[in-house]
Amino acid sequence: MPSASEVISVETVAQWRADFPILQRTVYDKPLAYLDNAATTQKPQVVLEAEERFYREFNSNVHRGVYYLSERATELYEAARRTAQRFLNAASPEEIVFVRGTTEAINLVAHCMARSRLRPNAEIVLTHMEHHSNIVPWQLAAEQTGARLRVIPITEQGELDLSHLEEFFTERTALLAVVHVSNSLGTINPIEELIRKAHAYDIPVLVDGAQAVAHLPIDVQELGCDFYAFSGHKVYGPTGIGVLYGRRRWLEEFPPYQGGGDMIRQVTFERTLYNEVPYKFEAGTPNIAGAIGLKAALEYIQQLGLERIAAHEHFLLTYATEQLQRIPGLRIIGTAWRKAAIVSFVVEGIHPHDLGTIADREGIAIRVGHHCTQPVMDFFGVPATARASFALYNLPEEVDRLVAAVQKAVELFRA
Amino acid sequence: MDELRELYQQLILEHYRNPRNFGELPEATHRAEGHNPLCGDRLEVALRIDGEHIVEIRFRGSGCAISQASASVMTTLVKGTSVSEAMALADRFHRVLLGQEVPSPELGPLAAFAGVREFPSRVKCATLAWHTLRAALQQVSEPVTTE
Repeated sequence: MPSASEVISVETVAQWRADFPILQRTVYDKPLAYLDNAATTQKPQVVLEAEERFYREFNSNVHRGVYYLSERATELYEAARRTAQRFLNAASPEEIVFVRGTTEAINLVAHCMARSRLRPNAEIVLTHMEHHSNIVPWQLAAEQTGARLRVIPITEQGELDLSHLEEFFTERTALLAVVHVSNSLGTINPIEELIRKAHAYDIPVLVDGAQAVAHLPIDVQELGCDFYAFSGHKVYGPTGIGVLYGRRRWLEEFPPYQGGGDMIRQVTFERTLYNEVPYKFEAGTPNIAGAIGLKAALEYIQQLGLERIAAHEHFLLTYATEQLQRIPGLRIIGTAWRKAAIVSFVVEGIHPHDLGTIADREGIAIRVGHHCTQPVMDFFGVPATARASFALYNLPEEVDRLVAAVQKAVELFRA
Repeated sequence: MDELRELYQQLILEHYRNPRNFGELPEATHRAEGHNPLCGDRLEVALRIDGEHIVEIRFRGSGCAISQASASVMTTLVKGTSVSEAMALADRFHRVLLGQEVPSPELGPLAAFAGVREFPSRVKCATLAWHTLRAALQQVSEPVTTE
């Protein structure tokens, strides 16, 4: 946990903010207040420059050319893999597979598990707060293999109900797939405990880290998880690039994911020898510029310091929670003890979509809808919520503007 | 704020708070379900049709002010009309929201929705009820979506 006592100065946040060119723009003649960081984060100058520089100076394909540019491009791409390895503290760069994002990472594991490990009546354990991207791939895998899904319930606070956890772990359990930080509730799940308990039954664990990596330091060796997935664009990097960390034994054991160039060693029409890990899982020309942009993003936040970013975001979370709660009729959905800087809420008599439109005209970007977590919405009996999610560059003034916009909506609707 | 006031006109807010013809219609001869995947809004439109004549119409569901008010206003307009008149009105409303037709006074309460044109992401909220009506009149059994 970030130390709540650490205070990040206004000057520091102003400096951080200046690294993000888009934050200088206006929307409907108002300064942009970007509070939809759980959907995607904005990109700092260093990321924009890293991508552009690759295309200007080094653009060529990787792992095949014998010429200067291709050798440099390969070096840059593989350096990005080592940066991701260090970022997650994986044991080796071979355990880092570049994918399009968290969704593809989970699909990769589900696909490979379906082909290698899932049998009829095998059980895949999920939780009630998973994003659709950590539900649907498992449903597809279950349909294909005759495996079935079991779902760990949640409480009214939006925390996992672990009171009957061990009943979920049996000799049929093939995998536990769990979200680290809930995108709709903000809950930080006790994945250390979940991994430890699952491993006691020899059950591998996949962690969906999409909402976690921008806010919490991650050490996959200390966690001991078998898979950890995240998307570059939610951690200030480009879209279309993400990381699947997989423990070597699994990656070695798994069949390939997609077939194509780069993932092979030798191809004849009779049979194909596959490349070694992680290339076995990276068919086709990868998102080279994306990986290089991601490297810049990971280095950027490590330079700022994840603990300091977390401390600032914790302050924003506390402030936003306090201020929003003062609005009569406003209910916060997701009141877990440990939360990332995500506040989901509903206002009596006003649909979240109307709140979103009214905030938008004030230059404030918030997400409204079901956040790809329809089971969570059903649990709380709401069709949708409004969600403000914070990043390192957000300001308490932006919280004030959001509160004012919600109050304006209340006035408009009650007039 | 002016555009917001234009969007959330009194007529729209009033229909949102007090929707007309809201509820189940057990004796329906036609019904359809509409769905807006973007926001998760669901709407059911049920009608009792006698020959060409829409005798009764009700809607159920939950959604934003625009979608609920649009459904409510729609029921008041098509109740008592013929099926072909209702279809023509649905087409007209569509053209207005797509900016293909200028709203005229004869649109009556539908003119209140003209402000939605300034909010492209909300046009589907206004058209969901009418899409669903059309599906019910054509007896499409699959739920319709705005996508």
